Amino acid sequence: MLKKKIRTLIDAHKDLGWVLEPSAKAIMKAQGLDIPEFVLTNSFEKAEQFLKKIKGPVVAKAVSRKILHKTEYQAVVTGITTSRRLKKEMERLQGLEGCEAVLVEEMVQGLELIVGAKNDFQFGPVVVLGIGGTSVEIYNDTAIRMAPLKPGDVFSMVDSLKAKALLSGYRGRDGVNMEVLTNTLVRFSHLIMALEKDMDSLDLNPVICTKDRCIIADARIILKKA
Amino acid sequence: MELKYLFKPSTMAVIGVSTSQDNHPANVIYTKNNLRYPVKTFPVNPKGGMLHREKLYRSIADIEESIDMAVIAVRAEFVPKVMEDCIQKGVKGAVIVSGGFAEAGNVVLQQRLTDMARAADFPFVGPNCLGIYAPDHVDTFFLPGERIIRPKKGNVGFISQSGGVLVDQMVKFAGQGIGVSLAVSIGNKAFLRETDMLDWFAGDIETKVIAFYVEGFEKGEGRLFIQKAEQCGKPVVILKAGKSKKGMEAVSSHTASLAGDYRVFSDIMKQHCVAEADNEYELTSFCEALSCFQKGIQGNIGVLSLSGGHGVIAVDACELHGMTVPRLDPRTMETIREKVSPEIRNIISLGNPLDLTGSSVDNDIVTAATHLARDKGIECLLALLIPYSPGVSADIGAKLSQVARNEDKPMIAYVPNEEKYRIIIEGFELNDIPVASSVDGAVLMAKALKRCRPC
Repeated sequence: MLKKKIRTLIDAHKDLGWVLEPSAKAIMKAQGLDIPEFVLTNSFEKAEQFLKKIKGPVVAKAVSRKILHKTEYQAVVTGITTSRRLKKEMERLQGLEGCEAVLVEEMVQGLELIVGAKNDFQFGPVVVLGIGGTSVEIYNDTAIRMAPLKPGDVFSMVDSLKAKALLSGYRGRDGVNMEVLTNTLVRFSHLIMALEKDMDSLDLNPVICTKDRCIIADARIILKKA
Repeated sequence: MELKYLFKPSTMAVIGVSTSQDNHPANVIYTKNNLRYPVKTFPVNPKGGMLHREKLYRSIADIEESIDMAVIAVRAEFVPKVMEDCIQKGVKGAVIVSGGFAEAGNVVLQQRLTDMARAADFPFVGPNCLGIYAPDHVDTFFLPGERIIRPKKGNVGFISQSGGVLVDQMVKFAGQGIGVSLAVSIGNKAFLRETDMLDWFAGDIETKVIAFYVEGFEKGEGRLFIQKAEQCGKPVVILKAGKSKKGMEAVSSHTASLAGDYRVFSDIMKQHCVAEADNEYELTSFCEALSCFQKGIQGNIGVLSLSGGHGVIAVDACELHGMTVPRLDPRTMETIREKVSPEIRNIISLGNPLDLTGSSVDNDIVTAATHLARDKGIECLLALLIPYSPGVSADIGAKLSQVARNEDKPMIAYVPNEEKYRIIIEGFELNDIPVASSVDGAVLMAKALKRCRPC
């Protein structure tokens, strides 16, 4: 069963056909998944306050019903550390087509994974886990499992990736917290089971994993055509 | 839904027998069952008359006895009427051999059959299929008996979307000495589908392994298949066709199903311990291994050979197929060294693979196998036996089978498939130890045990 909050958010996007990032993230949060700290605003002052509070780089993104693929519109700016750059980029983002507000988030560093879901014709909701980054489509290093997942499924998914060494910590880098990753994927798999009738596909890309957390840096839910 | 009368009929009507063409499918089916199987068979043709001095019934209704199963081999457009007659008569199921339904674009006609059958709780196999082969019981394949090679009665249940693949697989099973409990070509699967067959085989005490040739599932059906495969508690083997783009196109024209996304299929089979065979050779090897051993392994193999080269080939193949050939416990090696004949003590290669050399005799092989089996790191033994070795006796198969049973570890043998060595092969096979005809084949059998391990 879907939580009431999630149902409301999904229904509010039926006409659009996909769920705007802040709502998609609110859905993930309601499911118990980890999302970055953020402020959703059109006010530079609020955004600046947030930047000062975070004390680290932030990401700014345009939230627009017209922009599904944000990178194509250069609607994402990463690594903002100064008020000056924040102001300049906010103004630019606000000028993009249909921009309703700017999402300013803490920028997290770690291993980028892709967590996805699709409604398979033969098997229903399935979960996909892969190494993120721009080369993901070239290597196609992914593992697919039928939802819902058991914790053991997550271990076998990671184990079947060619790049599994990256997750256990490679050349002195921190590995991924397997307990948190397992929890994330299992909860995610239950969410997509509950969304079977609503979703066409769902992408968490990237999910940034560190030795402590798995943070959903972007989320996109494509709904089934009515 | 009761399928026992369909798969194990005492009486059968063959509808559509021709008075003029003796090679008509219905005639072939009628003749072979009438002459060679215990099922009591009645021929039906609306014209009536005689066929080979036996009475032809004008309609199934005219048969005085009750009928368990009907084989329907009439033109597609007449099938609904014939099915109606069968339902009226109280027949308990049918095999519809006739083609000309969904595969030829006649989806509506096929749906009509399905709807009628559902309403009457009348299970049928097909249409567009060869139907069923139950060894020593009934055979609805419309292939003359003298043309086909039939496997003996055994414990493999086999279900195929393609009749041709089924018959071909029967030849392969027979060649490897694999027996079947029931083989069903389900064709367009308009009523009985893979999931129903899983239900049947789960409850069938004669079946220990369930194998499928599948081209595609319906919407959501893959999930149901997985759930039933997990519940049935018997190893399930599957060969999927329509993996490539061209293959997927071919599937939709063959039996009008969709092939689906292969990556998803394959990963999910792995997730749920359904042993996916990559090709027909694996399918045969998997069925043979699992008909003897139904318990899965993690993949730690002990290799015993009488030749260094065979050991190396086996190790390479194990590695290729994702299995491990672990180091032996030093105590295992010490015990084996102590107990083998003094003549070979200093020439054997102690390790994994274990090479006893061509100078070893039966006792050495039995001793080494026993202690390899007792090593805690070994889950399955490959016994690579080259029978031309002078110290190997004709009894080695039977002797090694005893070791596997006593030590309760699966063992897979390799013996060249030659008539001359038949006694050794039977020594294994009659004692439930599978025998491969190549080293690679033996490794594929071990892979079957790994693929169906409980996760």
